[in-house]
Amino acid sequence: MAVLPVLTYPDPRLKRVAEPVERFDDELRAFVADLECTMEAGPAAVGIAAPQVGRLQRLILVDVSSRPRAAGHGRLVLINPEITAWEGHVVGREGCLSVPDYTGNVIRAERIRLAARDAHGVLTEYAMEGFEARVVQHEIDHLDGLLFLDRVVSRRADLRPRGGRSPAGR
Amino acid sequence: MANWYMLTLVGPDRPGIVARVTDALYHGGCNLGEASMLRLGGNFTVSMMVQHSGDAEALAAAVAPAAHDLGLHLHVDPIRGELHRHVVPDVRVRVHGADRPGIVARVTGALAAAGLDITDLESDVAGSGERPLYVLRIEGVAQHGVKALRAALAGLGDEVDVSLEPVDTVVG
Repeated sequence: MAVLPVLTYPDPRLKRVAEPVERFDDELRAFVADLECTMEAGPAAVGIAAPQVGRLQRLILVDVSSRPRAAGHGRLVLINPEITAWEGHVVGREGCLSVPDYTGNVIRAERIRLAARDAHGVLTEYAMEGFEARVVQHEIDHLDGLLFLDRVVSRRADLRPRGGRSPAGR
Repeated sequence: MANWYMLTLVGPDRPGIVARVTDALYHGGCNLGEASMLRLGGNFTVSMMVQHSGDAEALAAAVAPAAHDLGLHLHVDPIRGELHRHVVPDVRVRVHGADRPGIVARVTGALAAAGLDITDLESDVAGSGERPLYVLRIEGVAQHGVKALRAALAGLGDEVDVSLEPVDTVVG
């Protein structure tokens, strides 16, 4: 296993749309192991996408288990992921291994349903919410040539938390 | 180009301020750093890190004609600034309620005593002239943890609506 070099913006490879994975073989699984190694080497990383190391395939890793407040599914290898349903919107803070020294607020769906294959090609469906759903949306953006820089909103763009009372609601 | 300055400009809002000021800075040989520019009560306010090889007077002279034409007050301070010193906030606080004297002082006083280091604060007065409504949004670093901040806010009573949420930042 090896830590792979992470591309940083404005590397043009980060703006390209990745191709679906078609061969679920040992070579792919060796790459997944290298990508895991790379994610673990990143400072407090909770996800990584294959294009971030220059492999333009639809493959992401997500693991929010290091964040005590975040409920999640543990370490996930998500290949050819498709979000099949979205619900709600929430503002949250994001940074990126490919955009050092910058964080910003991004609006994401609060709950998603997701279908993805694992490293052996087995299809699984997931229901996710909150921080884990945000990480998945951030990583899938990498597969479509988007960075969170493309979605950062003004600091004044704010959405009320669930159950919050509307300041104008009277 | 070793010297950093904080350039502040304030004056009546009108279209074209940013373009005119930054054009003057560019032609004056300046390098721009981090900036915050905001319309407040019909005024436009600029706080901007500017790098310039000359002294503060030379920088002011480069911007003064544009500032004068636009009716902006201009101020230049040498700073010990550096880029790449971002702090990532881990907590967000929202406050809103009927506008009354002392809200900000009371809330931020309680939070500061409980260890909040504010990185970003925005406030607005909304509602109407008869029934003004104060809206405050704060991001910062909870140096003594979020629990300490919650306890501090609980002590404020129910005269203002305060909500606090931890911020987990995606790194991916």
